[in-house]
Amino acid sequence: MEGLRVADADLVVYIHPSKANKIKQAVLRQLSSALLFQFNENFDGVVLAYDEQFQSNKAKITPGIVPNLGVKLKAKLLLFSPKPDMLLEGKVVKLGKESIHVIVLGFSSAAITFEDIREEFKYKTKHGESVFASMSHKRHVIKVGSMIRFLVKRSLKKQREKDLEVEMQEQDTRVGAAFTSSILRHKSKRKRTAEES
Amino acid sequence: MGMELPTEEAGFHEMNDGYISDSEVVFHVRSVLKLVSQGDDEQYNQLVEVMNCTQRLEPDQEAMLVASLKALSGAVSSIDVIFHETLLSSIFGMSMWNCGRDAMDALVELIINLAVSSGDFVDACLDMLVCNFLPPPTVLPSLSQTRGLARKKEVLDRVHSALRSIADLVPLAPLRLMPIVLQRMPRVHAKEALIVIYVESMLRLESSSIGELVGSTMLMAVVDRLIDLDVEIGWEDILQEDTSKGIFDMELEDIEENADEDDAKIGNELPKGALSRQSLGGNLVAEKLDSLMGLACEHLKSCAESGRLVKVFETLIQSFEMTVLNAYKSKFAQFVMFYACSLDPENCAMKFATFLADVFMCRTNPPLTRMSAVSYLASYLSRGKFLPSSFVASILKRLVQWCFEYTQFWDSQETAFNPTAHRVFYSGCQAVMYVLCFRMRLLIEVPHLKYQLFHMPLEAILRHPLDPLKVCLPSIVEEFLRQAKEAPLFTMSETFLFNDQLESEFSKAFGGMERLDMFFPFDPCLLKKSDRYIRPNFVFWSMVRATYDDDEDDDPDVDIYEDDLADENAVSFRENGLAQSVEDQDLDLINFESSLSKMSISPKASLKHGFPGQFDTPTRMPAKIRPSTSPDW
Repeated sequence: MEGLRVADADLVVYIHPSKANKIKQAVLRQLSSALLFQFNENFDGVVLAYDEQFQSNKAKITPGIVPNLGVKLKAKLLLFSPKPDMLLEGKVVKLGKESIHVIVLGFSSAAITFEDIREEFKYKTKHGESVFASMSHKRHVIKVGSMIRFLVKRSLKKQREKDLEVEMQEQDTRVGAAFTSSILRHKSKRKRTAEES
Repeated sequence: MGMELPTEEAGFHEMNDGYISDSEVVFHVRSVLKLVSQGDDEQYNQLVEVMNCTQRLEPDQEAMLVASLKALSGAVSSIDVIFHETLLSSIFGMSMWNCGRDAMDALVELIINLAVSSGDFVDACLDMLVCNFLPPPTVLPSLSQTRGLARKKEVLDRVHSALRSIADLVPLAPLRLMPIVLQRMPRVHAKEALIVIYVESMLRLESSSIGELVGSTMLMAVVDRLIDLDVEIGWEDILQEDTSKGIFDMELEDIEENADEDDAKIGNELPKGALSRQSLGGNLVAEKLDSLMGLACEHLKSCAESGRLVKVFETLIQSFEMTVLNAYKSKFAQFVMFYACSLDPENCAMKFATFLADVFMCRTNPPLTRMSAVSYLASYLSRGKFLPSSFVASILKRLVQWCFEYTQFWDSQETAFNPTAHRVFYSGCQAVMYVLCFRMRLLIEVPHLKYQLFHMPLEAILRHPLDPLKVCLPSIVEEFLRQAKEAPLFTMSETFLFNDQLESEFSKAFGGMERLDMFFPFDPCLLKKSDRYIRPNFVFWSMVRATYDDDEDDDPDVDIYEDDLADENAVSFRENGLAQSVEDQDLDLINFESSLSKMSISPKASLKHGFPGQFDTPTRMPAKIRPSTSPDW
């Protein structure tokens, strides 16, 4: 899947003096609440994970009314930054005549509207279950729970909430192949799970 | 599948040949929406008009609305945040409380579809659903009737299921929901029914699947609101030297008519003007607080039943540390903690006491926080019926050890007697004595606990030049010494020199402006609804057997706490001369008010200025630490 990358970051985390006796805990708490699962303009993506390394056991006290402690650290960040024309994978969580709703990496939601679904796929109701079935390949079916691969058409970054969503489209044969392979993979995954259990 | 469209809708005239399929309507609405960007908004405006419903609709209007909502659900991808602003604001302005069942379902479906179609709409959709936690003012009065309750269930079930659906489809939605819920929360002065219904929804969110992400914030917000209400209720200012303002400032105007003899006495001490409108306002706030605390307790009970209490308790402790502990002498909000502890004596109850002891002993905490923590600890250990004596002894041992170590580090060069400088120490000593007033008898009845107690360096602390006996609250010291003498706790033959000064300057000084020396947070809860939850696990002073009590008639093997609650009530009620049914847990409002007026920690008058009656009866704890003379006592 595209859209994932690792970045090295030099960070300064400001800690309130009241947390001075538990610096490491305070730094981790701060990183988690300020970075994780939020779109960050500086990194141009959503931070999914971090691996921090403290540079020294000294911290600089900032001048000002509250003498915060500036703790310097280096961190490796796993970033999710989808751009138009990237291929992503996601799990179908809702499927209707008008749209397919997908969740990518378990946190980011995406919607594929009916205009962006290839004509090859027709909406059907099979045994009370809504599906998009391919006209050309009988067993090529998208339903709730399927893993699909799709092309990003537009990604929406709301600065205020620092959140991210993506909207996708799949249109060429390349993606058709991707669909097939992802569904096959999905099936093999299910098979493996069944064997494990 | 299909439906018939009403003929009034001009926008659908061209298709109105009697029967139109759903997809045709969707297609039409989509084209109407698209036309707006080209400047043709005639049909669009008609659509907006249908959405503008602020009150109950006629059946045909409702059918029109349902059809339009369903069509829009299918066309959400064509809705643009800029071009269709009026339509969106109409949809988001709709109240589900005004809709029929079909319209509600259609509206919920539309909101869910909108939320998942684009990130632009998520906030607005969540906001719309949160607004529907509260009924419109016209519906509010009917909520107390069966029909109103059924309506409330219908609406809120749908709102919550919609929130869950959105959270399933947009995994980060709960994080956006959090600030919206907090922002929309009714303020302190909102109507009681509104606050209650909103908090109900918040607690429901906490216990739902969304609660995994937002639960702790919801609980903390509820506790914060409890504290907000709590501080709205005026404490009798204990530093007030004005004897005429001796009682708790919360009475209804008719209290004098309904008051019993005691109340009348208090009423005479008060100038008539004291029963003012302001105090009536205080009472309304107390009722709101009471309702919310009842809700919180009920929620905790359901958490305990579903096995989630330990997790929820972590949040409660955090929230307690952040708000309640540092609130200026919180009056009632802390009872939520007490109730949570009583639900799980083995985990939560002990965790809370250990937490308080840790806060007290942590040197980096501010002195006032430490004093407050030890006040809570003392009151909690004394009042918690569910706390085993061995556990109380272990915490006492920690406290005594801390006090003893403190005296060891005392600078013997220090000449001036300065209670303020050692206020944390004095509050610790007072806590130890207070707990022993309640628990000494129980401790000395168990041999190994008696051994433990007798080997605590209590005497060394009390005889230290810092002289806690002179500084701590005299009423506690007096009661403690009386019980200690009878125990006998002290081995040395000479008796303690305690000049029976009622309220020394020293004792006032160590409490400081906050008068934390007189803070006993778990004195009997005087709120009617919440008292039901607290009472069964609460030790009233009347239930305590002091070491000097003559109990030859009693079976010494029987723990006093094993007494039937009803019997205890009966005794205490009888003592107070109240002919009220023992079974009746709902004390009537008048008793409730008079109880409030006799809130323990706010003594009727400063002891220094004369306090007739109370100290003439040395067999009972003095009023300063005897929270109330209410029937509960």
